[in-house]
Amino acid sequence: MRTVKAVEFPNPDGAIAAMLVTFQVNGRSETVDVSPDMPLLWVLRDVLDIKGPKFGCGISRCGACTVHIDGRARRSCTTRVETVEGTEIVTIEGLSPDGSHPVQRAWEDLDVAQCGYCQAGQIMSASALLAEIPQPTDEDIDLAMDGNLCRCGTYLRIRAAIHEAASLMASDAQGNGNGASPDAPPSDGGDR
Amino acid sequence: MNRRNFLRVSGVASGGLLLSVGIDPLGKALFAADAAVDFVPNHFIRLTPDGLVTIMAQNPEIGQGVKTMLPMLIAEEFDVPWENVTVEQAPHDPDKYSRQFAGGSNATPTHYTPMRQAGAVGRYLMREAAAQEWGVAASEVETDAGVVRHPASGRSATYGELAEVAATLTAPDPETVELKDPSEFRIIGTPKRNVDNRKIVTGQPLFGIDFTLPGMLYAVYEKCPSFNGTVASANLDAVLAAPGVRHAFVVEGVGNTSTLVGGVAIVADTWWQANKARELLEVEWNEGPAAEQSSEGFATRAAELSTQPPEEILRDDGDVDAALAAAATTVEAAYEYPFLSHAQLEPDNCTAWWHDDRMEIWAPTQTPDSGRGDVARVLGIDESQISIDLIRCGGGFGRRLYNEWMVEAAWIAREVGVPVKLLWTREDDMRYDRYRPGGFHWFRGGVDAAGQLSAWDDHFVSYGQDGRFASSASMSANNFPASFIPNFRLATSRMPLHVPTGALRAPSSNAFGFVLEGFIDELAHAAGRDPVEFRLDLLDAPRVGRGGFDASRMRGVLESVAERSGWGRTELPRGTGRGVGCYYSHRGYFAEVVEVTVRQNGRLEIGDVWVVGDVGRQIINPLNAENNVQGGVIEAFSHALAQEITIEGGAVVQSNFHDYPLIRLTESPPSIDVHFVLSDNDPTGLGEPSLPPAIPALVNAIYDATGHRIRSLPLSRHDLSWS
Repeated sequence: MRTVKAVEFPNPDGAIAAMLVTFQVNGRSETVDVSPDMPLLWVLRDVLDIKGPKFGCGISRCGACTVHIDGRARRSCTTRVETVEGTEIVTIEGLSPDGSHPVQRAWEDLDVAQCGYCQAGQIMSASALLAEIPQPTDEDIDLAMDGNLCRCGTYLRIRAAIHEAASLMASDAQGNGNGASPDAPPSDGGDR
Repeated sequence: MNRRNFLRVSGVASGGLLLSVGIDPLGKALFAADAAVDFVPNHFIRLTPDGLVTIMAQNPEIGQGVKTMLPMLIAEEFDVPWENVTVEQAPHDPDKYSRQFAGGSNATPTHYTPMRQAGAVGRYLMREAAAQEWGVAASEVETDAGVVRHPASGRSATYGELAEVAATLTAPDPETVELKDPSEFRIIGTPKRNVDNRKIVTGQPLFGIDFTLPGMLYAVYEKCPSFNGTVASANLDAVLAAPGVRHAFVVEGVGNTSTLVGGVAIVADTWWQANKARELLEVEWNEGPAAEQSSEGFATRAAELSTQPPEEILRDDGDVDAALAAAATTVEAAYEYPFLSHAQLEPDNCTAWWHDDRMEIWAPTQTPDSGRGDVARVLGIDESQISIDLIRCGGGFGRRLYNEWMVEAAWIAREVGVPVKLLWTREDDMRYDRYRPGGFHWFRGGVDAAGQLSAWDDHFVSYGQDGRFASSASMSANNFPASFIPNFRLATSRMPLHVPTGALRAPSSNAFGFVLEGFIDELAHAAGRDPVEFRLDLLDAPRVGRGGFDASRMRGVLESVAERSGWGRTELPRGTGRGVGCYYSHRGYFAEVVEVTVRQNGRLEIGDVWVVGDVGRQIINPLNAENNVQGGVIEAFSHALAQEITIEGGAVVQSNFHDYPLIRLTESPPSIDVHFVLSDNDPTGLGEPSLPPAIPALVNAIYDATGHRIRSLPLSRHDLSWS
């Protein structure tokens, strides 16, 4: 994996020159030629036309822009693109090919969304949590989800859907391992 | 357009011919293909021979669930399986669709019957088609979830098989068509998931901010920090030299915060480049009269006005002064609440394209009619030159009732001649909102020896001038408890305001609920009465108040919420308390009980919440109804906890979620029990009425838990510690 040293070098106008940055997005290698300080959110949305991550605040205060960078939930609105060289990024479009990730299924099943605008970020935070803690407690959910704002106030269903997704993951693991949740680690509940 | 004209064009529908006209892209997609064999009885339904049904959702979707709910009404009366229905968003088209807006919790009361009639026309024609095919009377055939049957002969046919014949028939007047008896409902009243769920959970482009066109450029629009200033000069050359910037120009504006104020437009290849170039922008502004105004100034002036005779007496029943003098107990209290911003999560945005003397607009708006009017007026073009496609809104809450971002986008698009997407930053959004106005109330109240509320005096210091209130800053002279207290006075004084105000979810009620139900609670305690009993006594009169307020329906929800919450039957530890609030708004009756725990150090934890609502005899989509009501309650807590917009030098101080915090998951209640009393009244809306009672229930619970009486918001101003 090559590493590009992130350097800001002013051009004669004082503007920062563009640089090439290469990373994986949803399993595909992408190389973009942009200003190194351009936030990942805007590279995804306006350069790569990946609209799932949303703009809500631009200062990491709402979580609508959450994506996975090397498996961890990160706010793409304040992540400079130069810092993601060589990383693997997953947006909500890459969570599953068809909405079959347990978190997506739970979100649909419990009809979580109202306007729906924050939910991509909620789902990305929730799926990162469940990848790490397959059976989270309410306290685990508090810690993982408190940075994701929902202006419509769907928090009760968000909490319930995370528990539901954990159950779905456990039963998926218990079943034939049909791969419906490729990102989910093996559940320790599978042997019981 | 009146109700009678509502579906006037459906009478000429035959085989979809008329529906091939029009310029709307969505309409074309829906109605153009294979019109000869499809059944298109009106502008809402299309049935193909394979039995698939497409239903148009006519109103803007802002998260209230109307894109699912209105088609449910049509599908019910058309009598098709919901699983066979695909819903599409209709474009703005006043010739085809009436009252296409999202506001005032109006969709249900306005459209409940007309949407059912639209579906019933389809069902009527299906029966006619079968009767014609089989040579029997239409009265002998019946429908059953997409199938027509003739019980006498045992014949049956699917809707799809009958589509081609049905398409040749003339549609009846929708008002003459028989509707189902509610006992036959299979869709209305059953839980139906949001039709856009799959797109939402898979991140498909769905919102205004996601919309793109080939060759599109991106715009930002810088306005004067103090409201309605204009540009004196700007260093456009420096901005034009920034990477990616294609255009930078001054817009004079028309001096109206509702449509177009002066500013500088920057248009670039990507939005980030346009916004980045703002860092180079230096503007000298000509400030307007707003620059003299501040929240501190308003508070000082309001306090002065409270000691002077009011500007206007809005209502004066009985003899308030005599009743106060004769009262067993009196209470005086000053209440205050701040300006609020909508803070819908998707910042204002709009895509516009001026070409061939036409303005095409793609807008997440609640009010396309007025947006089109604003664009036409400001740009000096005819409304017929403008088309608006409705895009799902990332939250509305009243913000998108106002379309100045649409006018800005249209103005910029006409200047640059290519498609342009305008996107505001969060800071733009918070600093050029149409705010829920703040307000001040100086109360005096009295209870008599029998513990009844005998006197009420409210000097409401609000905003406005020349005898008129600013937008959403007025109080009706009939607002409860007016007409329920024999000696009642409501007076007002107004302060001129140059800050734009407007409707925020449950406008005016979202403030008056706190104030009125907070003060009623104070009087209940002053009388030594139980707060629920005190309210039930107050409502024990067969009176009808503002907007048809029916006291018996409020008593019903209040009694129910007391029962469900175990009011008065629960022992609570110190620091834990319960409060009640009830409020009537947007035709809905809501009573709510909130439990809180306040730690000795003042840390507030919101506990369980019980909600009982009465919005008539039918809950159309219970799954969404619960979500919407819970959202209203949580939004109320968001208002109460820490939200406050303050003005300095005519500009908003707050800028983003770090200083204007939305409620978080960890601050939200662990449970909100939602129950509906089904009264024999026409169904009404749910978007708003659950919000107003939650704030007083919360502050009344804090009083119960700690003895701290909260008379000003937000709560973050208060030290709630106790010992």
